[in-house]
Amino acid sequence: MFQEVGTTEMGDLIINVGPQHPSTHGVLHLVITLNGETVKKVEPHLGYIHRSIEKMCESLTYRQFIYVTSRMDYLSSHINNHACALIVEKGLQIEVPQRAQYIRVLLDELTRIASHQLWWGAMAMDVGAITPFFHAFREREVINDIMEQTCGARLTMNFMVPGGCMYDIHPDFVKSVKDFMAFFRSKLSEYDEMVTNNPIFQARMKDVGVISKENAISYGCSGPVARAAGVVCDVRKLSPYDVYSQVNFEEALETEGDCFARYKVRMKEMNESMRIIDQLIDNIPEGDFQAKTKAVLKLPKGDYYTNVETARGDFGVYIVSEGATTPYRIKFHSPGFCNLSALDHMTRGSKIGDLVAIMGSLDLVIPDIDR
Amino acid sequence: MIQEKLLSICPAAVFEENTQWPTMNIDSAEWRKLAEALKNENDLAFDYLFCVTCVDWKTHLTMVYHLSSTLHRHTIVVKAKIADRNNAIIDSVYNIWATAELNEREAYDLFGVHFTNHPDLRRLFLSEDWVGFPLRKDYEDPINMIKL
Repeated sequence: MFQEVGTTEMGDLIINVGPQHPSTHGVLHLVITLNGETVKKVEPHLGYIHRSIEKMCESLTYRQFIYVTSRMDYLSSHINNHACALIVEKGLQIEVPQRAQYIRVLLDELTRIASHQLWWGAMAMDVGAITPFFHAFREREVINDIMEQTCGARLTMNFMVPGGCMYDIHPDFVKSVKDFMAFFRSKLSEYDEMVTNNPIFQARMKDVGVISKENAISYGCSGPVARAAGVVCDVRKLSPYDVYSQVNFEEALETEGDCFARYKVRMKEMNESMRIIDQLIDNIPEGDFQAKTKAVLKLPKGDYYTNVETARGDFGVYIVSEGATTPYRIKFHSPGFCNLSALDHMTRGSKIGDLVAIMGSLDLVIPDIDR
Repeated sequence: MIQEKLLSICPAAVFEENTQWPTMNIDSAEWRKLAEALKNENDLAFDYLFCVTCVDWKTHLTMVYHLSSTLHRHTIVVKAKIADRNNAIIDSVYNIWATAELNEREAYDLFGVHFTNHPDLRRLFLSEDWVGFPLRKDYEDPINMIKL
């Protein structure tokens, strides 16, 4: 699979980046063809963390398969679980109690903030600034503590189940979230001072890795990558699930399609997530946190598709059911996979140093791509 | 309305009933012609291919394409039946939707579907010397057990 490092007849240099390389954020392997310092071609080699999750799910019941999905996009594990819970609820027409819907959306948005915080730190580190990483992790730690308090896990949460949530929230949940919001609000302006307004950072990001609106659509990009190119694609707006239809928030859109536009979209999204949390946190209704469901779940024969907006984009679950207790075929459409497929297009013609900035701005999570 | 339009392009297509989105079943030979119409006709304009997958029905394979239009905001599901499981061939649509290139490689890797005219049809996740196609229903591998 590795290509020999060497020079082709055309005088091009072929180098391997990864699978163990700090800027790939995981086991991604890229074979890069270089002409001097200019990138001619980027070819991703995948599969270093391929676990065949889709095949595994074919022998797991509709209650069990949800837990595997936390291991795909581990930075959006709540949101992945949410998608799986939604598809089972859709198939069995389960009415989810209001309280559970509120809790789920709150946790989704906290997850999104935590994911974007990590990305922000890593993004700055990729272009040479070390300090922001520690700032980001300090703030993210508070969310991790809230997650631990709520569901016992800090990374691979398994909290959302068909019909609602597994447990009720911790008695201190509302207070912890409010404390975090007050704390983070002051920090977010620091983020702008430290990184966003930094001229060196902007010079590294502007007009780098440009993708047009048409190409973003053609490559199937979603999430901040597509929205930075002006594609209206927020699933929370287009087909709202749970209580997203009742909250006010704006879809973050930019038109430049470069790394800095992707950066701005994610920064805006953190603000919008906080806006959503503000609207919900004081109004969590009383009642059940889980609907009554049968012990054994069987989806009626047919096919089902549900998508949600994770921190990386449009995550879809496609289930073909034959009426048994396990899915006949399950497909996870991961946002990172399509965003990665546009990497070659974005990088061609730019310098090798920009490749790292472009990859950082795509916010790839490799287990999500490999599945 | 869309249904009539699509039937005029593919008279042999069969629409499923009671589905989330209009779902049409076609034969794999008609896929390329239909795909071009879906992308290029102004009132269809399906420019966003958001899910490409394959289903093994033991007797035949089915490629499932989920498409939507960012212009008209409508969605369609196309199921292309590949009758011969041992010699599964379907046209590639990588030059209609760029995302298909990598997604078709995935389907080739895990299901053994050959996409004609695909520029770079190789294994994607598994190594080059891997034997068999893991997501097929008759795939057995006693060493790397993926059934739980």
